[in-house]
Amino acid sequence: MELERHEYDVVVIGAGGAGLRAAIAAHETGARTAVVCKSLLGKAHTVMAEGGIAAAMANAYPEDNWRVHFRDTMRGGKMLNHWRMAQLHAQEAPDRVRELEDWGALFDRTPEGLISQRDFGGHRYARLAHVGDRTGLELIRTLQQRTVALGIDVYMECTVTRLLTDDSGIAGAFGYWRESGRFVTWEAPSVVLATGGIGKTYKVTSNSWEYTGDGHSLALQAGATLVNMEFVQFHPTGMVWPPSVRGILVTESVRGDGGVLKNSAGNRFMFDYIPDFFRKETAETEDEADRWYTDKKNNRRPPELLPRDEVARAINSEVKAGRGSPHGGVFLDIASRRDADYIRKRLPSMYHQFKELADVDITTEAMEVGPTCHYVMGGVEVDPDTEAARVPGLYAAGEVAGGMHGSNRLGGNSLSDLLVFGRRAGVAAAEHASKTAGARAEVAEDALTEAARAALAPFDRDGGENPYTVQHDLQQTMHDLVGIIRTRAEVEQALERIAVLRERVANLSVEGHRQYNPGWHLALDLPHMLVVSECIARAALEREESRGGHTRDDFPAADPEWGKINLICALSPDGDVTIRRQPLPTMPGDLAEIFEENA
Amino acid sequence: MTYDATFRVWRGDASGGDLQTFTVAVNEGEVVLDIIHRLQATQAGDLAVRWNCKAGKCGSCSAEINGRPRLMCLTRMSIFGEDEPVTVTPLRTFPVIRDLVTDVSYNYEKAAQIPPFAPRPRDPDGNHRMQQIDVERPQEFRKCIECFLCQDTCHVVRDHEENKAVFAGPRFLIRLAELDMHPLDVRDRRDAAQQDFGLGYCNITKCCTEVCPEGIHLTDNGIIPLKERVVDRRYDPITWLGSKIGRRPRT
Repeated sequence: MELERHEYDVVVIGAGGAGLRAAIAAHETGARTAVVCKSLLGKAHTVMAEGGIAAAMANAYPEDNWRVHFRDTMRGGKMLNHWRMAQLHAQEAPDRVRELEDWGALFDRTPEGLISQRDFGGHRYARLAHVGDRTGLELIRTLQQRTVALGIDVYMECTVTRLLTDDSGIAGAFGYWRESGRFVTWEAPSVVLATGGIGKTYKVTSNSWEYTGDGHSLALQAGATLVNMEFVQFHPTGMVWPPSVRGILVTESVRGDGGVLKNSAGNRFMFDYIPDFFRKETAETEDEADRWYTDKKNNRRPPELLPRDEVARAINSEVKAGRGSPHGGVFLDIASRRDADYIRKRLPSMYHQFKELADVDITTEAMEVGPTCHYVMGGVEVDPDTEAARVPGLYAAGEVAGGMHGSNRLGGNSLSDLLVFGRRAGVAAAEHASKTAGARAEVAEDALTEAARAALAPFDRDGGENPYTVQHDLQQTMHDLVGIIRTRAEVEQALERIAVLRERVANLSVEGHRQYNPGWHLALDLPHMLVVSECIARAALEREESRGGHTRDDFPAADPEWGKINLICALSPDGDVTIRRQPLPTMPGDLAEIFEENA
Repeated sequence: MTYDATFRVWRGDASGGDLQTFTVAVNEGEVVLDIIHRLQATQAGDLAVRWNCKAGKCGSCSAEINGRPRLMCLTRMSIFGEDEPVTVTPLRTFPVIRDLVTDVSYNYEKAAQIPPFAPRPRDPDGNHRMQQIDVERPQEFRKCIECFLCQDTCHVVRDHEENKAVFAGPRFLIRLAELDMHPLDVRDRRDAAQQDFGLGYCNITKCCTEVCPEGIHLTDNGIIPLKERVVDRRYDPITWLGSKIGRRPRT
């Protein structure tokens, strides 16, 4: 078998914010580091992030500090977050933002010349460092340029299909060059997964094709566990028209900067959906809500800025009640509330996006928006301080890791998550590698042969099904049966369909040859998509309550007993998804006090 | 609402290829990338194309549509007549890998040669201070999504492979301009711009500005000011004298 071989201390899979930050950190400790990514460098999904990076820098409000950010994050996640991750995240985010400036990032400024911070849902104070509404582009370009300046090896357009393990843990990774279809292997004692999420298993999503859950699936196969997989975030505002752009994100900054949600009767319906949990901190009248934009001390937040799960469910209910917009969404109106110059200045990408894709001028017309699959809170179960998974040498950071966001993520907490835990994972992975120096076993040849055989199997079958059809059916299943509102009967039906899809995936065939063949690539992505879909469905069936990004129509309330439990997914030796309950880690007393002092 | 369009898509690899004609359904509101995806799903499963965000933010799906460099995700089908054939070909400036996918490594090689950002130290309180008005000029260039349409259209390299060694192309000239305007950066890249990245090859025909999907004014706001700064340095008599008698360190 023709096989290209490399040797490293640390191999990072994924080149979004978490992957690049991990690679930079590992490289800086002296580890020989490689980044492997499915797309060209600089195209990862981080580029789509719009609003900003949440960090309690206190540039806008001196009252802000990590304790307030920690509290907001835990409350946004309905207290199911791993407290230690939320603590580290809130404490370290400001330093991670500042160092981006040392690498060339240019954030918008306050009048004093400091980094400007904007309002976002669920955050008590304005704390998102941002660049207009293209913060993700700034983040990825800054990290990309830093990675290049440091001379870190990057394997672009290269897909990992297997993690290699031996008795002591991780031994490397195996994959193929998308361009040529040739196989490549990296021997390394440490692998950092930074592969992002699972959005492509849903029909309506803001996520790119790369979000196939491959990192989640590789971790399971290597013997690691996943936590919180039932929690999937549907962002409340995706585009709904025209059909070809359905799901593309409309940033929360539209609401942070004054936009409001209205139904077909012209009512600001969010006032009807304020949950008791957030009532004390939410405005009761439109007047109070409108005053908040200029006087935050004496007024409470508009209900449009409740956490995403609340707003998404509210929109869903309005549409179901027949009060939706012509194309099945609701109206997001900033045109009647802010002048055109302000809108173009604060939301340049949104202006551009609606103009180019929908022929809508957001400075004169309302946008039509509806929920779109945006983010998976669940992911690889990791140690909070090192991001180590349950397999020695395996680390996970960013969206592929679980725990940090509990049952629901606040906007802005993703970019900060990437930076804080990307760095920690890189440092820990490098340290693990240095401990194994001199004691590394060679990768077993039969494992490589088997990985190659599995990757080529779709070419060997004739007359099998087209992978695009199977993908479409999976997306429809998850959309219809394990979407924003769930019931036992529907989730059970989804599991039956997934079992059938699994047989169909085992029987795919692809046309053409190995060189840059998207049909083949999809055929290899589909098993990953299926296994994460099954994890989501099994966890959603098990959790008989509604909380954050998991809403059960048959169990509509949050249950305090379920608030003490995490669900853990693993693979049995036969390849079946297993699920078990695990007690939530206990928060120490000094942190628990934070929730009393502000309550 | 739905009609059948004629698509002519270039298919082949480094050894050659040609346009293949397809008849394919088009629905209201669709863009060229939707049609390419429909071809993949129904008629040509192995049709090679790059894409990621499908929202004009990542710059992956660059191609030439009826001869014009464009992002497929931002090219709406409604700009074409229903009976007008739509021709999609790979970026001509870069070597073909397969179908619509080209080898853009030229751009990554040039990026790696740019002398990196070198900031002044932070203020004593650990912050950097910059005024909004000062960050806005370089921010325009940081909007670049690296679709490389400007590189594709630039006549210095479009049909002149030999110039690639000495010319970095508009994308990297505005990267140099961005660093030059960055309020924190202390490194002087003016000699490098001229000598290593071929600034002088650009004769400001503004083709790059015309194709930029982000509306960046590459020529007017980036390349011309950079040329002026280089000229100031190279033809300032005092600087020239200083460099000749070696009294002034070259940075």
